[in-house]
Amino acid sequence: MPGVEGFMYPNEISLYWSVLIVLYPFITGLVAGAFILASLERVFRVEAVRPTYRLALLTALAFLLVAPLPLQLHLGHPERSLEMYMTPHRTSAMAMFGFVYLWYLMAVLTVEIWLDYRADIVALSNSTTGWRRWLYRILTLGSQNVSERALHIDERVGWLITLIGIPSAFLLHGYVGFIFGSIKANPWWSSPLMPVVFIFSAMVSGIAAVMLLYMVLMRLRRQPIDMSCVDTIAQYLLYIFIIDFSLEMLDLIHRIYEADESFRSLDFMVHTRLWLSQVVLQICIGTLTPILLLFLVQVTKLSVPVRKRIYVVSGSLALIGIFAMRWNVVIGGQLFSKSFLGYTTYKMALATREGLLVSIALTILPLVILWVLVKLLPPWPEKRHAPLPAALAAD
Amino acid sequence: MNITRRHLLILLPAAAVAWESVLAGTPESSPNYTMTEHWWGMLIDIPKCIGCGNCVRACQAENDVPDGFFRTWVERYHVNDWQLANPQVISPDGGKEGFPSVAEDPEGKYFFVPKLCNHCADSPCTQVCPVGATFISPDGVVLVDQKYCLGCAYCVQACPYGCRYIHPTKKVADKCTLCYHRITKGLTTACCEACPTGARQLADLKNPADPIHAFLKTHSVQVLKPQMATGAKVFYNGLDGSVR
Repeated sequence: MPGVEGFMYPNEISLYWSVLIVLYPFITGLVAGAFILASLERVFRVEAVRPTYRLALLTALAFLLVAPLPLQLHLGHPERSLEMYMTPHRTSAMAMFGFVYLWYLMAVLTVEIWLDYRADIVALSNSTTGWRRWLYRILTLGSQNVSERALHIDERVGWLITLIGIPSAFLLHGYVGFIFGSIKANPWWSSPLMPVVFIFSAMVSGIAAVMLLYMVLMRLRRQPIDMSCVDTIAQYLLYIFIIDFSLEMLDLIHRIYEADESFRSLDFMVHTRLWLSQVVLQICIGTLTPILLLFLVQVTKLSVPVRKRIYVVSGSLALIGIFAMRWNVVIGGQLFSKSFLGYTTYKMALATREGLLVSIALTILPLVILWVLVKLLPPWPEKRHAPLPAALAAD
Repeated sequence: MNITRRHLLILLPAAAVAWESVLAGTPESSPNYTMTEHWWGMLIDIPKCIGCGNCVRACQAENDVPDGFFRTWVERYHVNDWQLANPQVISPDGGKEGFPSVAEDPEGKYFFVPKLCNHCADSPCTQVCPVGATFISPDGVVLVDQKYCLGCAYCVQACPYGCRYIHPTKKVADKCTLCYHRITKGLTTACCEACPTGARQLADLKNPADPIHAFLKTHSVQVLKPQMATGAKVFYNGLDGSVR
């Protein structure tokens, strides 16, 4: 049979989870990572990253709005997806998706963004005209109160929500890892490390994405890039990248040393079908190279233009590496037979519902949403109408 | 009656649940069959299987199984001497049309292994279904409510035995139902009925008169992948250690 090597159980020959399911953890990872970067400023008072605080929140929202789409498009019966809310099956990790997603969207992210922007929205609802005025009026939810006391309450509640938001972000993405990690039938997935690896890789991708977006947007706005901000972000990116890589290597070494019944099969797969996407793209290009580049910045004194270039290159490579990681988990986990006796091939379609074009569109869509959000709710500190939160102003 | 906004908010979810239950309708009844009196499984006697593919064909005809997918299939193992870890396995078109012949005096041993859903008592596929569309019936059969299945394929990933697939036109999970439409009427499954050697036998583990009990007393049987702890109920007699 073409594309099949060795023996596959006959129902295993075609893959059931396509590139869309690769996009799903990639996108939710960006959400969780971007949010955690935002929380660095809000909860952990990392002052230097303040210029990206609002951008990180808007990025998280833009990607979060798109996150369910790949799942929805992949379902055989998308029209039945609401049943997950109506009759969730309590033992299913996937059934919790809807609830974790809604919790994160409605109870954390939108509320935090709204509270942070409330004074701006009120100001904009008074200073704009036409449809924008109406839109901002609706967004005020009927409250024009921007007294000092009201803003103080906003700031305290916002802080509390960020505090709740951090474990929620971990939950959102750790849970995605659990979906894979809890499948005992699949040794490539089944690992208690999976949720942890997913969380740290999410932080890598989210932080890299916000760093890149910030640099690109500042360039587009012809504004100077706050180097102390991107230096700090790059530093965090390096630390988290090292933790992420160590965890993945721990998993790998454990597998190699333990060499259980699945090992020969998986080892062969990594050396053949996954060689390019795993060893070359994920580990060498997407992980080791950016780690080395970011490390270089830490140990040497490089000029601003060189540092900027390094950050752009390592941020982009990190995103490629994390995408490759998602690919290797989702697609790699279906390329070998559960009999450990054979391998199949994934053929990505071009213009089908689960094809390449749709995936590209779904990758671009969050950027379009982000563009609209940035236009409506400018994330730039100099456009802030509200006074800085008391805690930060005091610093 | 005055309905306030608060009442409406309370009533809406209740109405939605009630509407769901109306939509679900009444399940088909089978008056002479009491589910709790049965606990179904199957016995597969490997030395008796001749690899004719009758079971696969019967299953496809009975259950309208789409081409290229299988509710049951037959594998042929070729194990050389002590090389248990490296069996040569084939299952051309699920063994539907039988198997190519082997050399007159072959090295090692050849044998056939019919496969089907193991109707696991602790089935990982039902555990992961996000809406409970797949479930274990009180008589121990793992079924799919195809009017309810989302087609997310999580169950396909969770089955350690490769017994599930997404139906190419219905776009829902599909698998062996142990011919539930037949066994609840006192018949055996299509595959068991078509087997010329009696290598496959439907077994009612709750029925003390079922011959399975005598067989289990006198034979060493095994289930597939026992390390998965799925409570599989398809018992294999003469199962070689190389089979996975």
